[in-house]
Amino acid sequence: MILQSLLGFVAALLLAPLLAGVTNRVKAVIAGRCGQPVLQLYLDLLKLMRKGSVFSSTTTWLFRAGPVVGLASVVLAMTIVPCAGSPGLVSFTGDFILLAYVLGLARFFTVLAALDTGSSFEGMGASREMLYGMLAEPALVIGLVALGRATHEWSLAGMCRGIGPLGTTGSVSALAAAALALVLLAETCRVPFDDPNTHLELTMIHEVMVLDHSGPDFAFIQYTAALKFWLFGALMAAVLLPPAGNPWLAPAATCAALLVIAALVGIVESVMARVRLTKVPQLLVGAAALALFALMIQLR
Amino acid sequence: MNLSDSAAAQPQIGMMFLLFTLSVLLTGGLFALATGRAARISSAIGAITSALGGMLGCCAGVQALCASAPLRFDAAWHVPFGSFSLLCDPLAGVFLLAASALTALAGVYGHGYFASWRGKKPLGVLWCCFNLLTASMLVVITARNAVLFLVAWEVMTLVSFALVVFEHEDSSARDAGLTYLIAAHVGTACLLAMFIVLGQSSGSLDLAQMGVAGRLAGLVFVLAVAGFGTKAGFMPLHVWLPDAHPAASSPVSAVMSGVMIKTGIYGILRVLGMLGEPAPWWGWLLIGIGAVSGVLGVLFALAQHDLKRLLAYHSVENIGIIALGMGLGVLGRAEGMPDLAALGMAGALLHVINHAVFKGLLFLGVGAVAQASGTRNIERLGGLLPRMRGTALCFLIGAAAIAGLPPLNGFVSEFLIFLGAFKGAGSTVQLMAAALAVIVSLALIGGLASACFAKAFGIVFLGAPRSAAAAGARECCALMRAPMMVLAAVCVVIGAAAPWAVRALSPAIAQASGTAPEALVIAAAPLYWIALCAAALIVLLLVVALARKLSRAGKPTGQQVTWDCGYAAPTAKMQCTASSFAQPLLDLFYAVLRTRRDEDLPRGLFPVHARLHTHTPDLVRVRLLTPVVRRAYALMRRLRVVQHGRLQLYILYIVVTVVALLLWKLR
Repeated sequence: MILQSLLGFVAALLLAPLLAGVTNRVKAVIAGRCGQPVLQLYLDLLKLMRKGSVFSSTTTWLFRAGPVVGLASVVLAMTIVPCAGSPGLVSFTGDFILLAYVLGLARFFTVLAALDTGSSFEGMGASREMLYGMLAEPALVIGLVALGRATHEWSLAGMCRGIGPLGTTGSVSALAAAALALVLLAETCRVPFDDPNTHLELTMIHEVMVLDHSGPDFAFIQYTAALKFWLFGALMAAVLLPPAGNPWLAPAATCAALLVIAALVGIVESVMARVRLTKVPQLLVGAAALALFALMIQLR
Repeated sequence: MNLSDSAAAQPQIGMMFLLFTLSVLLTGGLFALATGRAARISSAIGAITSALGGMLGCCAGVQALCASAPLRFDAAWHVPFGSFSLLCDPLAGVFLLAASALTALAGVYGHGYFASWRGKKPLGVLWCCFNLLTASMLVVITARNAVLFLVAWEVMTLVSFALVVFEHEDSSARDAGLTYLIAAHVGTACLLAMFIVLGQSSGSLDLAQMGVAGRLAGLVFVLAVAGFGTKAGFMPLHVWLPDAHPAASSPVSAVMSGVMIKTGIYGILRVLGMLGEPAPWWGWLLIGIGAVSGVLGVLFALAQHDLKRLLAYHSVENIGIIALGMGLGVLGRAEGMPDLAALGMAGALLHVINHAVFKGLLFLGVGAVAQASGTRNIERLGGLLPRMRGTALCFLIGAAAIAGLPPLNGFVSEFLIFLGAFKGAGSTVQLMAAALAVIVSLALIGGLASACFAKAFGIVFLGAPRSAAAAGARECCALMRAPMMVLAAVCVVIGAAAPWAVRALSPAIAQASGTAPEALVIAAAPLYWIALCAAALIVLLLVVALARKLSRAGKPTGQQVTWDCGYAAPTAKMQCTASSFAQPLLDLFYAVLRTRRDEDLPRGLFPVHARLHTHTPDLVRVRLLTPVVRRAYALMRRLRVVQHGRLQLYILYIVVTVVALLLWKLR
């Protein structure tokens, strides 16, 4: 069991950048372009790791610590997420609270690193990031609490074990997965919350916070973002997929689900524009409402 | 060694420590007062005795937590119904430990902080009041007699009032002091009524023997929540808090916010112990108060520009978190779920300690910042990190801890409350509703608190200085830095050693929740995972930092200005301000915050002038208190007919009263 968990964890660390390539390829195909190679993010990361760095003279050690804390926190979060039918490396009662708060730690330091530059743009991005995070966190927690109540398990691995596709938990996990999908888009800075390809500092959110990072630091940030995408994708897959008996079926199904989620994100990004900044809170409160519904339908 | 001997000797030693603490504090205070003319000597005596007393108090607290039987001390006292009896049980031990440790550190810090006041202010009086405040808190926590309790409570109030108005030249300090004095006495009035009810029904003023059951218990509980809640800062009763903390000096605010308001929590827990089996609605009441205080406290904190006012509202928030934990604990007891009761109380009690640590740390940090830069206005600060490295690091740890981020201590207590809430969420529909209220409030509070402290730390310490005062700031003296570093270290240690911290508190948790310690041991088992994850996080941080170092070795490193879209002349004024950082969040909650904007927007093609001022008045003060007070004034004005200032008529009133009383007696 622990070997499977370890394999899942290593696979996540190695394959996470692939998903971004899938999303980009889907976007390119829909737009009628050839698009960049699917492995482009790997190449970018390698190139960035070999580069030197440029730092703003305003910045301090905190600016340099931001990407380090971000990456370490997300790697820790990755150990909690169940992958491919096996529990995460770390699994205990209430582990999803640690997951949410570790992601909060990453956000806190990313925001501080942005404020350290003293840039007005990065300050605005930091402020918006905090707004989104503050709204996404309750949606994530309530969604998982709904699953906990449905399965009478309070660890992520237990919840995923207890989910049956056609049983009583079907509607609960569907609603929770819908809430999770919105949280995924918000936390990974995707349309309709944020546009990773925007080129105007004023409208960026995540991208503007990391404008001043370069070299290996920027590679860490890109890699962290890829890991975060895998993390939420794996969580959604675990919530939606029924536990499989076959030890080979579960990893295959999870990989397929992750590819589908990456492709779906690409489709969403191709067919719709991001919503206005002032409307974003409504969307995230909507996610929290979905999660609350998942709880309410169990009250009878 | 003979076992029975040691058991008999143990309480003696613990109580000796406590009595010794009290005498050190009181004599130190008196000597400081007597040597007031020689500010240097007086200050040294005050600081040394408060540090020494605090350390001895810590020993007493530890003894009380470990002792198998409560420590007792009785002495005669010539006050009707009063007796000087002290009782030191595990519950008192927790608060004793927090109060002593924080006052000791604040005393050391104060020696550095008040150095600039020498010759300008009566430091002897200040140190006397400071030591009296500590002593009165310790007596409040350990008093076993209701009269002694109330006397100590009143001394604590009056001394802290004196410390709040110490800078009385400032009219805002006088106003804050008056608000505090009135609020505190409204609370004391409730407590007086509560003790009368308790004393009447149990026929004794001995706190260990008091008890009441049935419908009167509900009344006593409500009176306790109102009376102690005023001191603790529960949301509609918190009005004095955001004014008093900014008015007091930093070490005093650290003690007041870190531990003095906790005496209110202690009081509620103590009274709960007298009331037997609680009713479920008590838990609901506490959860409701906790949710309101927690969420609104952090929202109002987010809207503040004054660092100390911001921290004061965070005290309201953290008291809310403690109330959420207590509510779950009470609910678990009422519904017969020992694991829920144990987890709720464990979270509440650990948060009492944690909040004392990080809020003390943050107030001391703000004191250092304010002294270095001469301002507490966040908008005028910035770029302090390279100028005050030690303070900045400590403040950062405190900020992350209060935001509930792992691997620090704030996360552990919130996690315990979450665990309790999950026990409730898996149970009946009523319990699930309560648990859901707790979970949603905690999740919201967590997000908002990290936004608020990203603002407080980010705008104050990062970026470029926004004023000449901030640019000229220098690191504070070692005497001020050392206590902050100790507190920051405690934040890390409690976070990383969570299960052992909870185990150390387990006698007190068992006492507060009315459960066997075993219930807690099983329920809190996930804490070992938390400790493991905290260690893993630290290792991961080191590994990633090493990877970064290796990948950057031998590579060129350049320096540039921050990217500003090619604009040639950026100034510090163009940075994101605290107001603009908080604005999207505040707009979202405009319905409760009602932030007032006073602005001159830039006009024309070449605007030269623009101005924005935002102000968020306290909701309860503006909406509830001011109208009520105004109405009361209008009523009272009618009584002015008898208050006209003519002495002869006043004497006539007296004569008429005396004659009336005489007739009534003779009748």
